[in-house]
Amino acid sequence: MANHSFDLVVVGGGPGGYVAAIRAAQLGMKTALVEREHLGGICLNWGCIPTKALLRSAEVYDHMGHPEAFGLSVKERGFDAAAVVKRSRGVAAQLSGGVKHLLKKNKVTVFDGAGALAGKNTLKVTTKGGEETLSAPHIILATGSRARVLPGLEPDGKLVWTYKEAMVPPAMPKSVLVVGSGAIGIEFASFYRSMGAEVTVVEVLERVLPVEDAEISALAQKQFEKRGMKIRVGTKVAKLDKKADSVVATLEMPGGKTEQVEVERVISAVGIVGNTEHIGLEGTKIKVERSHVVVDEWCRTGEPGVYAIGDLVGAPWLAHKASHEGVMCVEKIAGKGNPHPLDLTKIPGCTYCTPQVASVGYTEEAAKKAGYEVKVGRFPFIGNGKAIALGEPDGLVKTVFDAKTGEFLGAHLIGAEVTELIQGFVIARQMEATEEDLMATIFPHPTLSEMMHESTLAAYGRAIHF
Amino acid sequence: MSIQILMPALSPTMSEGNLARWLKKEGDAVKSGDVMCEIETDKATMEFEAVDEGVLGKILVPDGTQGVAVNTPIAVLLEEGEDASAAEGAAATAPSQPAPEAPRAAAEGPVEAERMKAAGPGPGGDAKPAGVAGAPGAGSNTGTATAQPAKADGDRVFASPLARRMAALAGIDLGTITGSGPHGRIVKADIEKAAGAPKAAAKPAEAAAPAPAAAQAPAAAPAAIPAPAAPHQVIQLSNMRKVIARRLTEAKATIPHFYLTVDVELDALLKLREELNGRPKVDYKLSVNDFVIKAVAQGMKKIPGVNAAWGGDKVYQFDDIDISVAVAIEGGLITPIIRKADQKGLSTISAEMKDLAKRAKDGKLKPEEFQGGGFSISNLGMYGVKDFAAVINPPQACILAVGAGEKRPVVKNDALAIATVMSVTLSTDHRVVDGALGAEFLQVFKRTVEDPLSLLL
Repeated sequence: MANHSFDLVVVGGGPGGYVAAIRAAQLGMKTALVEREHLGGICLNWGCIPTKALLRSAEVYDHMGHPEAFGLSVKERGFDAAAVVKRSRGVAAQLSGGVKHLLKKNKVTVFDGAGALAGKNTLKVTTKGGEETLSAPHIILATGSRARVLPGLEPDGKLVWTYKEAMVPPAMPKSVLVVGSGAIGIEFASFYRSMGAEVTVVEVLERVLPVEDAEISALAQKQFEKRGMKIRVGTKVAKLDKKADSVVATLEMPGGKTEQVEVERVISAVGIVGNTEHIGLEGTKIKVERSHVVVDEWCRTGEPGVYAIGDLVGAPWLAHKASHEGVMCVEKIAGKGNPHPLDLTKIPGCTYCTPQVASVGYTEEAAKKAGYEVKVGRFPFIGNGKAIALGEPDGLVKTVFDAKTGEFLGAHLIGAEVTELIQGFVIARQMEATEEDLMATIFPHPTLSEMMHESTLAAYGRAIHF
Repeated sequence: MSIQILMPALSPTMSEGNLARWLKKEGDAVKSGDVMCEIETDKATMEFEAVDEGVLGKILVPDGTQGVAVNTPIAVLLEEGEDASAAEGAAATAPSQPAPEAPRAAAEGPVEAERMKAAGPGPGGDAKPAGVAGAPGAGSNTGTATAQPAKADGDRVFASPLARRMAALAGIDLGTITGSGPHGRIVKADIEKAAGAPKAAAKPAEAAAPAPAAAQAPAAAPAAIPAPAAPHQVIQLSNMRKVIARRLTEAKATIPHFYLTVDVELDALLKLREELNGRPKVDYKLSVNDFVIKAVAQGMKKIPGVNAAWGGDKVYQFDDIDISVAVAIEGGLITPIIRKADQKGLSTISAEMKDLAKRAKDGKLKPEEFQGGGFSISNLGMYGVKDFAAVINPPQACILAVGAGEKRPVVKNDALAIATVMSVTLSTDHRVVDGALGAEFLQVFKRTVEDPLSLLL
């Protein structure tokens, strides 16, 4: 058993933890990272990245489905499920190796094991070879989250999947029931639909993608239905009857009506819970509420010298939020840089379904609720030259401004490539742009980004192309 | 369509002003260039001219209104053929209604700022150089000419577009705010703090927090000082008093002052003065102070290092010899400038000084007459003050405090004698001027005063 002393130890090698560790090393701290499974965490190994690889296959496959629209022909459209999955795993493996290299380059000491607090400034790491004790005045917990399990919807790894099984299907199921229409559920629904499955999506709330602007949710639902998905909102899964190779789900619809659907697989995507267990929180002043560690605006827990970031501390459960918190937390500890507490209205969200959805800042409804008098701009894809050339005429760019100050409050997009467009709006939000700045910005032609300009102009009755 | 007339920003630091009086009445025809009203700023009373033609439809801010924020609509101008109901409508929607054209003074803001920037940091008076003047000029559809921020060191003020817009709407001078954003950029939160009205909506990130939210950002506004227990009256601060308080606090807090005192014999100067003033049919009456100004000019010419300003990471050395002279006026003081004093004769300096002092007391100085200058003089000799040390007038590096000329015993050729002696104290910014350089300047000054005929050379 060895004893090691560091300036900072990070527990968890996901996008929160490894970014925090690298930033700390950059700031001259002797840094260690403890990871029990894969560097890069869920995001890189079982989340963001491998799903994007799957969805890319789905997208190309979609395009192959209507080649004549582009003057092309495809002799025989088909896929090899194993190869699709293999590509996805390959992408994840490549990037995980990249993280390992980055940590090494930055002289972060990596411990392969499970970390748990063990007294003041002390962390016990259980590795394959035994136990190590690390000591550091600052310990950042970044242990992430895992899929939430609802009673009656317990995943069994065979008929009822979580994201993890859904990401590596042994064969493409012919029908899928997706429970939950947040980003994770909708992305899998979109993927399996593209690959030919009959897809039913059940959402307990009144609309799909419930965190998005209501107008975008409505457009999304329409597009999903147009693609052949069955969408059931305001609906609960009352019962699952498992058969040999299928499941009969009883859905409880609004007004008490029930509906039965038989599907090959069920994907449960009903949210996440924080990984607060087995990390030594017991007996500390660290508080846990609703499966998340309670922290202040600088990610400090109730226990001096212990911090927590990312999914472990709560929504939004996004990799980029975790990374940002990691950097902020480390800079605050080091007393360097100019860190600021996280502003939720400046965090973008992207969903890589077809069509894509992306947003930042206040929804129209949230802005009104917050007391803003709003000006709202809308610009449809059909008015944009590049969108037409791409063969992607469906979509909308919606912008929300404060009528009084012109503050750019938020943007809500649906349509092709909007997950790439959104960051322009994120910069605008971060830099506190007003309508005048967005209007005065020259957007390149022909691009989808021109719609960002037009939507702003539209908010002030000045759209040129619509 | 009716045109809103907005409270103009008549100087770079102006955030609010008093509407002294209207020279046009409702119903009067107005031509471009007509003086519409007089506006009292932190330093002077200025005439505000019309840009557009029309009829003054409605006065929204009456005579004598104090503390009108820049860009507040003050009147509605009707175009030909419009009736007064249009003015009512415009007035009703006044604050949010876009102004089709910003008034001239606001529109010229950036031009003024550019000029000042080109001319260097332009110290003196309250002339903080306006680094950035993002005022959307005439034709802007926002009607919210951006506040013109200013910083004492002549640097550009960095502020987010939203912060600029909010500052303009709230009439806050960005130059008075400490930014908490990247590289000290002024952001929305700083303006909210300065305005003292944080918006609940802007703080969604504050989740349940076990630790106290530390007071991180530097206080933008001075903390309130509790009222004294003793019986007292409350005197509201004039704009001038606010500026004096802010600038002199800043000077004493940030400038490393040091002081050099020297005694100067005046007998030769007094003799020359008597002789010059005694000539027949002259239209001047030279004061000792006029000679002091001239002698300072001589010193600045010989020792140009004192004619300079601190620029943060550089020093600005001025080309012209422009001398700010403190003049006490009702409720405060102001420093009108004798420009190129080295090139002017005593009679010209004397005449200019009389004119400037009179107009200063009347509140009629134009901004360019008190904004700028490379060196200041403060003379309290007429009050019998023997010697004092003045506070530097930033961003200038030197101020000369002049005491009274009085007969004092002096030692000459090892014998006691009587001479008329004046003590002067030079306050100096040590970042710009070192002791030896200040002393050299005082040597030249002393020599010139004691041998005034050397001014002829």
